Amino acid sequence: MAHTAMKLVLVGNGMAGIRTLEELLKLAPDLYDITVFGEEPHPNYNRILLSPVLAGEQTVDEIVLNSRAWYAEHGITLHTGKRVVKIDRARRQVEADDGTRADYDRLLIATGSKPFILPVPGADLPGVVGFRDIADVEAMLAAAASYQHAVVIGGGLLGLEAANGLIKQGMAVTVVHLAPWLMERQLDEPAARLMQKNLEAKGMKFLLQKQTAELVAGASGRVAAIKFKDGDSLPADLVVMAAGIRPNTALAESASLYCNRGIAVTDTLQTVTDARIYALGECANHRGIAYGLVAPLFEQARVCANHLAELGYGRYSGSVTSTKLKVTGIDLFSAGDFVGGEGTDAITYADPIAGVYKKLVLKDDKLVGAVLYGDTVDGTWYFQLLREGRALSDLRDHLMFGQDHCGNLGHQGQNRAAAMTDEMEVCGCNGVCKGDIVKAIKNHGLFTLEDVRKHTKASASCGSCTGLVEQILMATVGGDYSATPKDKAMCGCTDHTHLEVRAAIRDQHLTGIPEAMAFLDWRTPNGCPSCRPALNYYLLSSWPGEAVDDPQSRFINERAHANIQKDGTFSVVPRMWGGITTPAELIKIATVAEKYAVPTVKVTGGQRIDLLGIKKADLPAIWRDLDMPSGHAYGKAMRTVKTCVGNEWCRFGTQASMAMGIKLEKALYKMWAPHKVKLAVSGCPRNCAEVAIKDVGIIGVDSGWEIYVAGNGGIKTEVAQFLIKVKTDEDVLEYSGAFLQLYREEAIYLERTVHYVARVGLDYVKQKILDDADYRRELYQRLLFALQVEQDPWLERVQGKDAHEFKPLQSAAVMAVA
Amino acid sequence: MSNWIHVGHLTDIPAQGARVVEHDGRRIALFRTAEDEVYALLDRCPHKGGPLSQGIVCGKRVTCPMHNWSIELADGQAIAPDVGQAHTLAVKVEADAIYIEAA
Repeated sequence: MAHTAMKLVLVGNGMAGIRTLEELLKLAPDLYDITVFGEEPHPNYNRILLSPVLAGEQTVDEIVLNSRAWYAEHGITLHTGKRVVKIDRARRQVEADDGTRADYDRLLIATGSKPFILPVPGADLPGVVGFRDIADVEAMLAAAASYQHAVVIGGGLLGLEAANGLIKQGMAVTVVHLAPWLMERQLDEPAARLMQKNLEAKGMKFLLQKQTAELVAGASGRVAAIKFKDGDSLPADLVVMAAGIRPNTALAESASLYCNRGIAVTDTLQTVTDARIYALGECANHRGIAYGLVAPLFEQARVCANHLAELGYGRYSGSVTSTKLKVTGIDLFSAGDFVGGEGTDAITYADPIAGVYKKLVLKDDKLVGAVLYGDTVDGTWYFQLLREGRALSDLRDHLMFGQDHCGNLGHQGQNRAAAMTDEMEVCGCNGVCKGDIVKAIKNHGLFTLEDVRKHTKASASCGSCTGLVEQILMATVGGDYSATPKDKAMCGCTDHTHLEVRAAIRDQHLTGIPEAMAFLDWRTPNGCPSCRPALNYYLLSSWPGEAVDDPQSRFINERAHANIQKDGTFSVVPRMWGGITTPAELIKIATVAEKYAVPTVKVTGGQRIDLLGIKKADLPAIWRDLDMPSGHAYGKAMRTVKTCVGNEWCRFGTQASMAMGIKLEKALYKMWAPHKVKLAVSGCPRNCAEVAIKDVGIIGVDSGWEIYVAGNGGIKTEVAQFLIKVKTDEDVLEYSGAFLQLYREEAIYLERTVHYVARVGLDYVKQKILDDADYRRELYQRLLFALQVEQDPWLERVQGKDAHEFKPLQSAAVMAVA
Repeated sequence: MSNWIHVGHLTDIPAQGARVVEHDGRRIALFRTAEDEVYALLDRCPHKGGPLSQGIVCGKRVTCPMHNWSIELADGQAIAPDVGQAHTLAVKVEADAIYIEAA
């Protein structure tokens, strides 16, 4: 194998390059013999965490991302401490400063960037450093041990983090900055002034609008002072140049690769000059931008690896970035175009006494930029709105007040991660404390929410603490935290998004899972537990009656048509239309419960009866004895229609809510959906059936019925929104059915109606259901067609379908075999 | 020299599925992959004892229905970052007949 593999050489042993190799090894582990050259003597480490190392919060060993053993394990030849000085493009060979040579079929340049060193006299003196690598940090720590005065040139993100670290190391630090306020590229003036005040309180000194003229040596030959253009000077035993970075393109330029503030690359991360040569990360210029944050680099790495693996279908189209300063006690966030200008308008909130400032910049009804200072809780939410380009008309009024997206259950009512101590529980489902999450992020070098979920299980169950976990992630890794990308792939098996997959299934008339996987270039032979159920649903909902259900692609509950419990037994919930039962039905249920010694009989929140602790093998017999329809309590399906008694009994009732509920439930019976669907009908606005927290809620008023949609009563309470008022029962069925069919056709698998409507906007739903009567009727007809091909799953199994699912195999006697 | 117990036929198990056989008071899960390989594991997830036989089978792995741990069918190892190992049993298929090794 080895001698037939192509040769890949990576120049630059940093985060962008190694991430690309990791992605590549996942896709095509044996395609290349890989050689890596790194100028530094270290294996790949987490450059983002140099600030905590400088501040004494972490050690160098702790920030190593890939140990030398990792390289060995993947058969990668690693040359550390060797700088590549020459690329011979004709012979396809690179050469390092010690004469080491390596041939390549593909070359990947990820040389990163260099600190910009001001061209002033004395810039090369001992004691003048950048803030870029481990050697710089070691030099700064050594200086802090024996000297007093430090000057940081540059009041940007990097400069302030360096200054903060040096103060923690006991030095007196002055930050010199050319612009009128700090971090002028990430902050507007009011936010920067607030931040400056807080930093001054920590002991940091500032000289703004100050231009450096010269660095002056002392008697020892080491730097001793800094002189400015205006004649002032300051003592300086250590000068940190943090006035910006420059793409490190010297090597590429020497090989005549076209560079213009970075190595020019295409959307496939190939250099425009030589298609065998790829470049990414801080050294590359993509559509005019050289990115300096980790999240875009990782997006580039994914695309680059895809092309190196010869799959050839990913494209990188640029990233929106956000900034978060990693200085303890300074809470700052900015993203996008926060300055604004022609055609934009800004919403501003300022409370100087409390030290809070927020500015949101909108353009064409969309969020294009945000600056938050002092209260950044909603930074992740704004960033998400910004990346999604979501229409904000319905949100604008309360946009400034945030999402409060952390929910309020399971984590002591907390919604500010910064205010939490390490011992406080973040994830109430899995018992994960803040300290556990911070430790995992630092020790394992995690950058994404998904990584944190995998390693800690925090927010991996119900997800209500996702906002808190994102805040912790953002606070720990700063602006390099990688938000869930806008075009998130469905799962690791594909690069396609859920919506792309849905569209392909519809447009290409795909009706089977293997067919869909083949058409969409699935990477795994038969998918994963995340994509298979989604595909199965998309096929069934797109082609009812044509696509054949694949039970092996359903979660056990939907395969067994009962809910699995913690001890491996199941629960059975028969359907009770509208929550109404009869003495005969209750006797039947009681008889079954006694006959099968059912340990727990419970009344559910959906107005029916749950039999818990049933052995799987008994299920078909119990269904036979019950002789009642399936309640679908186990499925991503229509669960219940909860009702109040309505005007048949209630002295306040205005409408027959029980009868309406039964009609609705019978009409929607057997309906599969992207997620569970719950309905309710109340007979008057007193709303005893709690319709405001249902996917579809109907309220009877004297003159007809009001229809509400997209409520939710689970993890995070969401009040349903008014859709329309109608006159007749038939209208209720048609409008409710059309809404649910729209959701069935367009939602992402496992997206509740509340999230679907939040994504597409209520206006869109109204347009489809209210404004276009023809389309509404078409939707409703499609729903009725899909439902008429479904059978009652319990009855089918009583009649013998899928018998193997419920019956254990019998083992024969032991037999001796030689 | 070992004792093999006949427990059924390949066609008894749905492809990408599992069946349970009880033997010697133990629940043994028999898995069949899409490529018709058969694996036998004790029906207990190393995490919290969930019934692996009820999980979704993809490739040569099964995902426990309780808390989504993925288990390698061949050696019972949990997929990183989870750590643990389910108990595996020797199994062989001869002319579509499935045998497991007696304990």
